[in-house]
Amino acid sequence: MSWFTQALTSSIGKKLIMSLTGLFLISFLVIHATINAMIFYNDGGETFSHWGHFMGTNPIIRTLEIGLVLGFLLHIADGLWLTKANNDARPVKYAVSNASANSKWYSRSMGLLGTLILIFLVIHTSHFWIPNRTNQFATGEELNLYQMMLDIFQNIWVVLIYVAGCFSLFWHLLHGFESAFKSLGLYHVKYNGAIHFVGVAFSIVIPVLFALMPISIFFGWVY
Amino acid sequence: MSAGNMRLTLKVWRQSNTNTQGGFENYNLDGVSPDMSFLEMFDILNEQLIEENKEPVAFDHDCREGICGMCSMFINGQPHGPLKGVTTCQLHMRSFQDGDTITVEPWRAGAFPVIKDLVVDRDGFDRIISAGGFVSVNTGNAQDANNLPIAKEDADDAFSAAACIGCGACVAACKNASAMLFVSAKISQLALLPQGQAERSIRAEKMVAQMDAEGFGNCTNTHACSAECPKEISFENIARMNREYLGAKVSSKAL
Ligand code: HEM
Ligand code: FES
Repeated sequence: MSWFTQALTSSIGKKLIMSLTGLFLISFLVIHATINAMIFYNDGGETFSHWGHFMGTNPIIRTLEIGLVLGFLLHIADGLWLTKANNDARPVKYAVSNASANSKWYSRSMGLLGTLILIFLVIHTSHFWIPNRTNQFATGEELNLYQMMLDIFQNIWVVLIYVAGCFSLFWHLLHGFESAFKSLGLYHVKYNGAIHFVGVAFSIVIPVLFALMPISIFFGWVY
Repeated sequence: MSAGNMRLTLKVWRQSNTNTQGGFENYNLDGVSPDMSFLEMFDILNEQLIEENKEPVAFDHDCREGICGMCSMFINGQPHGPLKGVTTCQLHMRSFQDGDTITVEPWRAGAFPVIKDLVVDRDGFDRIISAGGFVSVNTGNAQDANNLPIAKEDADDAFSAAACIGCGACVAACKNASAMLFVSAKISQLALLPQGQAERSIRAEKMVAQMDAEGFGNCTNTHACSAECPKEISFENIARMNREYLGAKVSSKAL
């Protein structure tokens, strides 16, 4: 094995990949949340559609989108691989475990939370991204995503699934944001407080912003 | 030791050897003193078992003063029981209530197979140390201590890391049975000192490779390890090991 594959498939290397892809996905969330938040202008989707059109057609963004898909796939594959390997490292489980005395439940449940996010992603992409890209591919025309949102979020069950997805993301980030820095070796009293503060704030702000979108449409605050 | 009056039910893991399936046995124990250590309580249990012509419970212990790291017991769901910063031999029965049922299991990890009852094989730790946790120098008379200037902060951090007694509580506590706190303490201790510089890169590479080969899990950064460590080894060591390893991989001569 070359030094490179050896490094990346080692325990620390696998975590490096988790961390880098996780931080990349965090950067994606910033863009995604910002553009979607344009619906709160409540201008019949004009600002939102303007930016949606840019994101859906700009060649640079479309190229970066391939990176995003790869980033997701890498994070998911590596995450499931790690979860399996970590589970296998303890073939006989404890009869009594008082893990809450030493760690947070969401830190111990990253595999479960990630899987919930994955299920949400399948539902979410089949609502918007897949139909839109398929239509673009077939006809060259974009779909009216704003109108689709208004329609899809009339269903209370869909809204609840989206809110549940936001909760999963909240806990995934609450552990993941800080964890990604630790995996890179960045853990020091000089800046731990700052990373913790930004991590907690990010984990709250982004999921709340996302959750407000289906909720606002369902209650007719955005139309 | 004063005769005690605590009455306990012990649920203890019994397993005759590595290849057999184990199971829990329940034992009632009377007259336990709150001043006894947890191991002394087990001595009483074993005397009782011997008197009843039963096989005593095998458990590891040596110094009984909290410095050797042998006394591995997973007590009521935590390595070394409920107290922070202590080994099993330093845990006393006053931490429990009269009438309690106490569950005692061995460390659980694929890399720590059960030898018998509560005794597990921790040779994996020794093999990790043999892979690089040393400094190759000629021995002889110690040189004058002040010949090697070491910054106070580095000496403090190296000393804290060197406090690791290799008990394996980090592995036992971690949901992934990861050995990273142990390995990172051993890597840090030498990486922080001038004597450790010559083999710094190769040490990180070899020790991590051996750790992975032993079948320990990966780190999820839950901090369970340092929360349960009897020597309160800092989580900072794991971050340092990540830097040491990744740095070594991109810069060392080894191909
Ligand atoms: C937008 C979506 C997502 C974001 C922003 C995200 C972000 C992160 C971050 C920052 C980490 C911490 C990395 C580290 O500890 O070094 C992480 C860990 C993890 N992620 Fe995600 N993630 C997302 C989706 C997913 C999905 C869909 C899965 C599906 C399996 C997943 C599975 C995991 C697992 C298992 C871990 C923990 C690995 C471990 O250390 O044991 N994530 N994630
Ligand atoms: S017997 Fe030595 S540390 Fe407990």
